[in-house]
Amino acid sequence: MFRYVSRRLLIGLGMLVALTVLTFILLQLTPGDPIDAYVDPNVSMSQAELDALRARLGLDRALPMQYLAWLGQAIQGNLGYSLQRQSEPVLGLIVARLGPTLLLMGTGLAVAIVVGISAGIISAVRSNTAADYSLSVVALLGISSPAFLTALLGLYVFSVRLKWLPSGGMLTPAASFSVADLVQHLILPAVLLSIGHAAMIMRYMRSSLLEVLNQDYVRTARAKGVREFWVITKHAVRNALLPVVTLIGSTIGLAIGGAIFIESVFNWPGMGLLLVNAVEVRDYPVIMAATLVVGAFVIVVNILTDLTYLVIDPRIKVS
Amino acid sequence: MRILSLASPSPWARALNRFTRNNAAVFGVVLLVPLLVCVLSYPLWLGHLPNDIDLAAMNAGPGGAHLFGTDGVGRDILARTLEGGRISLLVAVASVALSTTIGFLVGALAAFGGRWADAATMRAVDLAMTLPPVIFLLVLASIFGSGICSTVLVIALLSWPVLSRMIRARLMELREREFVMASRGMGAGTWHLLFRHGLPNSVDVLVVYAALQIAAAILLEAGLSFLGLGVPPPAASWGNMLNAARSTVVLEQYPWQWLFPGAALVLAVLAINFIGDGLRDAFDPRSDLN
Repeated sequence: MFRYVSRRLLIGLGMLVALTVLTFILLQLTPGDPIDAYVDPNVSMSQAELDALRARLGLDRALPMQYLAWLGQAIQGNLGYSLQRQSEPVLGLIVARLGPTLLLMGTGLAVAIVVGISAGIISAVRSNTAADYSLSVVALLGISSPAFLTALLGLYVFSVRLKWLPSGGMLTPAASFSVADLVQHLILPAVLLSIGHAAMIMRYMRSSLLEVLNQDYVRTARAKGVREFWVITKHAVRNALLPVVTLIGSTIGLAIGGAIFIESVFNWPGMGLLLVNAVEVRDYPVIMAATLVVGAFVIVVNILTDLTYLVIDPRIKVS
Repeated sequence: MRILSLASPSPWARALNRFTRNNAAVFGVVLLVPLLVCVLSYPLWLGHLPNDIDLAAMNAGPGGAHLFGTDGVGRDILARTLEGGRISLLVAVASVALSTTIGFLVGALAAFGGRWADAATMRAVDLAMTLPPVIFLLVLASIFGSGICSTVLVIALLSWPVLSRMIRARLMELREREFVMASRGMGAGTWHLLFRHGLPNSVDVLVVYAALQIAAAILLEAGLSFLGLGVPPPAASWGNMLNAARSTVVLEQYPWQWLFPGAALVLAVLAINFIGDGLRDAFDPRSDLN
């Protein structure tokens, strides 16, 4: 077990290093010379002066050296300064956006897990009935509709036509903070965000449970006279959940993609909106820092998922 | 019922048979074919061109001369939806062709290139599969700029890892089969093994991947164009027509301008997903057991 954990942590660390290399390479590919962001365009500088400045900033060193210098700064929390909002450190911009994004994604994920798993159980237990078919079609529809389209549709129906919920933002501007206000703003984007994920979880749960229901131990439980309800909940669902946990962990990346669109449609002040705005004005330091932070987040979640597996599946400890 | 049949149907015939018995897959074909015919043939029967401006009917509602209404400068929404279908499908098919090629070659490199090539490519694939695709789509698009070619390139660059892993698994399995060993024993080179034995025996993997990936690529293109990073106007694509709905006025007062391309997009993706799922089951010999 110790070997498993340390191996997994080592792989995760390798992935993080690879992520920083990739981000650095992408940063080099961005158009424009970094020196341009540094000099005042109104002051004319000679080539010799530019070269001297380059040497002082370390831009004349070999790329691997530049990478190490950049990495050293990044680890200490210095991710550079925004081009758009001059002299504002990128780290501060990102930290301010983390909370809202985690709130939105966490709520969306919770809704997706509850809805997806229950729908998957119903679909598998009542397999090949009308209920199963309609749930499967709805799930495929959920997978086939992009997040921004369902977001537009939800916005149009629930806030423009029915006027039930606010159309964007996280809090009512110029009003004092209240939880009720936050929840009102949160419901629509969180539910819309959960659609795609719930559909995926449901399809996976259905096939996983169908497989488990064919196992010998399920037949044994039924033969012993265990009630069908307990056969499903205690014997089948618990085992069917194992692969679903992996799926949930490994699709966090996809959920982040959906969150970007939802945030931009609903003007939710999170990382997604920050990234989209930065991409629109080509604010490369912000783009790269956001990529780095989100990528690291996904890698950490994946490690945690694998470690959770250790807790819920005792078979791994044996081998 | 025959227990022993001497002339058993070929694997392809059995796959086709399974496909046509799958209601969802047939439904997908029934949905997709008319859509494709309309998209490809619209200049022959529709009186409007996608960039024609009708100054007498700006922001006109559906009905009358413009079946699906018009947009803010009086362009016909039906014509733009159909033209958008052409561009969206073109981008999807081109990017899938490119990513299938990359995926096959990388998978082949991993399977035939020796231990180090295998380890290096598979770790790269692990990394690429872990990272959130949409984020990298945005980053790459911000570096390459917008335009049809760069959109195709960006989507292709993001989609090959899954395929390369499946191809690697298939080729590794084939490598140990007798007919491949016999071929190798008779002096066949790597290219011969790859394209005479590897490729034909991986067709099922490639077809299923391509079908499902076209649906995914349509969604990626739409997402990019929706954010203004994909296909640039005045060309129409389903995504950049939806981009108009980012304006509150269009969203609230002229819903036909984004509902129709949105519906076309969902229909196309749904149909292709039905077909892709059907193909996957059709090529899976175990599916006859259920």
